[in-house]
Amino acid sequence: MNTTIMLFLLQDGITNGAIYALLGLALVLVFAVTRVILIPQGEFVTFGALSYAMLATGQVPGTAKLAMAMGVVAFGLDLFEARRSLRPRRVARAFALNIALPAAILALTYGLAGPKTPIAVNIALSLLIVAAIGLFLYRIAFQPIAHTSVLVLLIASVGCHLALQGLGLVFFGAEGLRGPALSNTALTIGPLRFTGQSLAVYGLTVAFIVALWLFFGFTLMGKALRATAVNRLGARLVGIRTTLSGQIAFLLASIIGAISGILIVPITTLYYDTGFLIGLKGFIAAIIGGLVSYPLTAVAALLVGSVEAFSSFYASNFKEVIVFTLILPVLVLRSLAAPAVEEEKD
Amino acid sequence: MNQRTPLIIFALVMAAIPFIPGVPPFWIVLLNNIGLAALVAMGLVLLTGVGGLTSFGQAAFCGFGAYTTAVLTTAYGVSPWLTLPLSLVVSGIAAVLLGIVTVRLSGHYLPLGTIAWGIGLFYLFSKLEFLGRNDGISGIPPLSIGNFRMLDPGTIYFAIWIAVLVSALLTMNLLDSRTGRAIRALRRGHVAGEAFGVQTPRAKLLVFVYAAVLAGLSGWLYAHFQRAANPTPFGAHAGIEYLFIAVVGGAGYVWGAVLGAGIVVILKEILQSYLPYIFGGQSQLETIVFGILLVVLLQLAPTGVWPWLMSRLPIQPGRKMPDASLPLATPVRAQASSAVLLQIEKARKQFGGVIAVNDVSFDVQAREIVALIGPNGAGKSTTFNLITGVLTTTGGTISVLGNKVDNAPPQEVVKLGVARTFQHVKLVPDMTVLENVAIGAHLRGSAGAISSMLRLDRADEAKLLAEAARQIERVGLGDQIDQLAGSLSLGQQRIVEIARALCVDPLLLLLDEPAAGLRHLEKQRLAALLRQLRDGGMSVLLVEHDMGFVMDLADRIVVLDFGTKIAEGTPDAIKTNPDVIKAYLGATA
Repeated sequence: MNTTIMLFLLQDGITNGAIYALLGLALVLVFAVTRVILIPQGEFVTFGALSYAMLATGQVPGTAKLAMAMGVVAFGLDLFEARRSLRPRRVARAFALNIALPAAILALTYGLAGPKTPIAVNIALSLLIVAAIGLFLYRIAFQPIAHTSVLVLLIASVGCHLALQGLGLVFFGAEGLRGPALSNTALTIGPLRFTGQSLAVYGLTVAFIVALWLFFGFTLMGKALRATAVNRLGARLVGIRTTLSGQIAFLLASIIGAISGILIVPITTLYYDTGFLIGLKGFIAAIIGGLVSYPLTAVAALLVGSVEAFSSFYASNFKEVIVFTLILPVLVLRSLAAPAVEEEKD
Repeated sequence: MNQRTPLIIFALVMAAIPFIPGVPPFWIVLLNNIGLAALVAMGLVLLTGVGGLTSFGQAAFCGFGAYTTAVLTTAYGVSPWLTLPLSLVVSGIAAVLLGIVTVRLSGHYLPLGTIAWGIGLFYLFSKLEFLGRNDGISGIPPLSIGNFRMLDPGTIYFAIWIAVLVSALLTMNLLDSRTGRAIRALRRGHVAGEAFGVQTPRAKLLVFVYAAVLAGLSGWLYAHFQRAANPTPFGAHAGIEYLFIAVVGGAGYVWGAVLGAGIVVILKEILQSYLPYIFGGQSQLETIVFGILLVVLLQLAPTGVWPWLMSRLPIQPGRKMPDASLPLATPVRAQASSAVLLQIEKARKQFGGVIAVNDVSFDVQAREIVALIGPNGAGKSTTFNLITGVLTTTGGTISVLGNKVDNAPPQEVVKLGVARTFQHVKLVPDMTVLENVAIGAHLRGSAGAISSMLRLDRADEAKLLAEAARQIERVGLGDQIDQLAGSLSLGQQRIVEIARALCVDPLLLLLDEPAAGLRHLEKQRLAALLRQLRDGGMSVLLVEHDMGFVMDLADRIVVLDFGTKIAEGTPDAIKTNPDVIKAYLGATA
């Protein structure tokens, strides 16, 4: 092998790895705060990417209507839960969040969508849509069972994944889509050519890692989220609104997912079901990172991306096998260093 | 009501269905699919619902079973019946290899790990040349007995459902046994089981392999039912669906697997055939509705449908009471080389920079009640954990009757005759008091998993239960013997823990705050029981905060403060010791 090929593969691996890192970070975030293993993370990716791609062709994506529909359901749940104390302020707040917000997003999408819409507006619209879906997904599917075991949450998560993936097929069809690039600039260093797109991938990944680190380490809200993760009851007793923590986690995860999608859809064609595999590779990184450490997850994601790039060059048939069995040595190491402390379950 | 009656009725009904005139052949196909899914889900019930180990990878084990028979029958012409044991063995070996790696993982790594290797194996199946890549292997011969070939769904139906019924019976037998109790204790953590000699890693591996073998059986049947094998049914989505089935049915219940399989398979079929009529041709709608229904179902009944149904039955199945007169042999213990029962010399435990136990030395003689007291954080429970092997010492020696136990695992310490209770009660809440207490006698039985499944363990089992019943009677909980441990008051649960420890037939009983949560009369009864045990030749070392209780009961008291022993002596001497008063009240009183 010559150095050029190696550099190319490495570059490819790092670009993919950066995306996996973003997804891995989101998974760690959601798991740490809500104990939900977020299988539908992949759907956030495809929804973000394909909504963006559709907006770029001037069409209104079905996801905007989905956000509206989910908002209505969430509003219904809010009303039902508060049925014994329906104060006007409470109803108004629920209405603003669950009805007015998605309605505004829907109206904006219809108003702005067109073949000449600037890329930045399309990105903003896709992000808004997916963020609303993420927020309502927590409200509808997870908030009512937030106290149950990790297993029940996991199964619910799988249910959401199936439903959303099916909806993805309805909205975007079985054909894959590609979106326009964010920028057409390029930079050449030696044999390598860095497109504006891949530079954006690197930049945003690093920015997110730093932002999350700052958020969780140094802000009150970040600390509140971490407290919720460790002990829900304890967090409530000291006045942290655990529901809010869950909503914020899902909001962040859906935004991160949508951004990842928008970043890759100009590079590769995405299908309605591509998100699942991409999300799972984020998982691998998250597991290697131990579901707790953000920097470790990021490093692991770069490793996953590079292994994928190299194995697709040398043994393209077994690319997925190699990537997914990459986890076995890690699991062996983890099991050798198994903690002696008892964990209280259920 | 006899426990076997419902099973026999169910078997007869299932046997009769194909002979009912007018049953559409399509129903039989559905029932076959239900049976195949139920087999895999049954393994998951044991693995996930009972053992607490979540696996998304079961579909891959079906793949091992199916591909083993597919390759051997098509490429080498081996008879399908010969490939049955081979399919099971291959799935089992794969499970041992993956299990060694995965089952020791704690908590959430396990399900995530299983997703990863589940997908890896799926891609392996679909890329390997000799497995036919994505197209798989077709032309698998049907099962046959003599000239009778099971070609149509109506005949292999019997093979599938006999497999389901036999597996259900074996699984229920396994759960209701010595090994079964060890498995059922896994979900609540490993410390309690290990304190009574349960080899938790081995128990986990056992259920993992058991579940994989059931999945392999399902895969073998599938291959001969479809007469073909391709990678799709063994992928990540299938693995997820099996877990679903188990959770929907009720993850802790063997029949929940069958019920869940019925619900999910039929629901999917209905959705697939009717939704297109209602919504007009949109494919994939069934996955959307299926996903949504699943989320709704979990919100309404998070524990699954089977327990929900059972709690509405007018007749509750009765339980047989153990015959308390059967004797259980006293355990054989290591030779004593010292008259001192427990000798602790300069025991030390450091957690990083914190010294939890600082060179503590004391002893417990035969027929003696010693109390270990001290303010919160004094290192009392840590000392207990050092004695019982839950924690390893940083320095010093601990010996029982002259045999050094330093850093032996808990399973070895209990063999020396040291039994304990826990500060935070560690019972299995959904097991009865009797079953919980019987875990204490784990080492005094010998029946293994296979003899339990085949019910060859009954004599051994009856003796264990008899011993458990005697100890429950001894601590005064005879009336609660049949209740679920989780339904008892905290005080009573502590007493159940004492009964469990007594099942070890211990020389030394370690009690961690046994009187907490007890009422005055109950405390008096407990004190009387402990005195009686001492007079019968047992020694007791207890940690307790109720000073009245301790001063009345203990022959000798050891006081710890910040990990260091500050005093030792009779209750009267301790009451007036200025150091002790200072430790408790903060200043010289």
